[in-house]
Amino acid sequence: MTKVVLPELGEGIEKATVSYWYFKEGEKVNEKDDLVELTTDKATFNLPSPCSGMLSEIFFREGDEVNIGEVLAIIEESQENRLQR
Amino acid sequence: MDFRIFNLGLIDFKKAWQFQKEIFKEIKNDSFNGALILCQHYPVITVGRQATTENIKVSRTELKNRGIHMYGIERGGGVTYHGPGQLIAYPVLNLNYLKKDIHFFLRQLEELAIELLSDFGIKGLRYKGLTGVWIDKSCPFLNNAYDSSEKGLDKQKIVSIGIAIRNWITFHGMSINVKKDDLDNFSLIKPCGMDIEMTSLESILHRDIEIDDIKNNLILKFRNRLNWTA
Repeated sequence: MTKVVLPELGEGIEKATVSYWYFKEGEKVNEKDDLVELTTDKATFNLPSPCSGMLSEIFFREGDEVNIGEVLAIIEESQENRLQR
Repeated sequence: MDFRIFNLGLIDFKKAWQFQKEIFKEIKNDSFNGALILCQHYPVITVGRQATTENIKVSRTELKNRGIHMYGIERGGGVTYHGPGQLIAYPVLNLNYLKKDIHFFLRQLEELAIELLSDFGIKGLRYKGLTGVWIDKSCPFLNNAYDSSEKGLDKQKIVSIGIAIRNWITFHGMSINVKKDDLDNFSLIKPCGMDIEMTSLESILHRDIEIDDIKNNLILKFRNRLNWTA
């Protein structure tokens, strides 16, 4: 199980807004795929998937605000991904 | 820092958008670190991620009749208009080699524009929460004795900013209103979702300004700013 966390985005940035999920819950994702798009100020940015697996749970929907460090989603890693470790 | 300049001249928005994406791919593949794309657009309305349909005051049919295309795009911000009277700057930069800070990058773009305006004796202003560069209508010049900028009651927008960042590489960017004739089409929209009055270099200075004449100055300012991690 891998947590998708909103990382540091720069000095003074405490939160961002989810603008678009590229995948739905239950869908397979590959490492580095664009997972979610967020906005802050006049910028959009992407969060790539940290691993390959199944997007099992999304905690913040489009339009929701997320604080830096909060968990956006959970990815259940695929078996082959775990074996490669 | 391998930084390249592309001067596309007057170009259809969609073509320039595609060009940005091609440059983005090259930068992602580390062919070079950054690029500045300069251009002007035929009349077009772009709809950013924070826009709503109420921000466009006229129907699609009317836009079509006026020869104005509209595109929903991946940049931040609301609705804006671009036309031949603006200088558009799309910095496609790998922030992994500069500074990974989204707001810092936005503030750098504002600073660049304020420096550019100051070369014309114009005082560019920033307002918290209102990304872009503004002027105070009642005292737009650096040498104005009276300064009401703190109140911000008479503000007009001269530079609009909206960017996208993917894997810490930036694209989209800023538009600087230069010519006075090109401001009317802003009345078709609510720029950035607000009732904003727009202005231009020519409107403030009451003289002709050629867009080509300010390109080199803008390039120089970008080059200087690329040392910003120091």
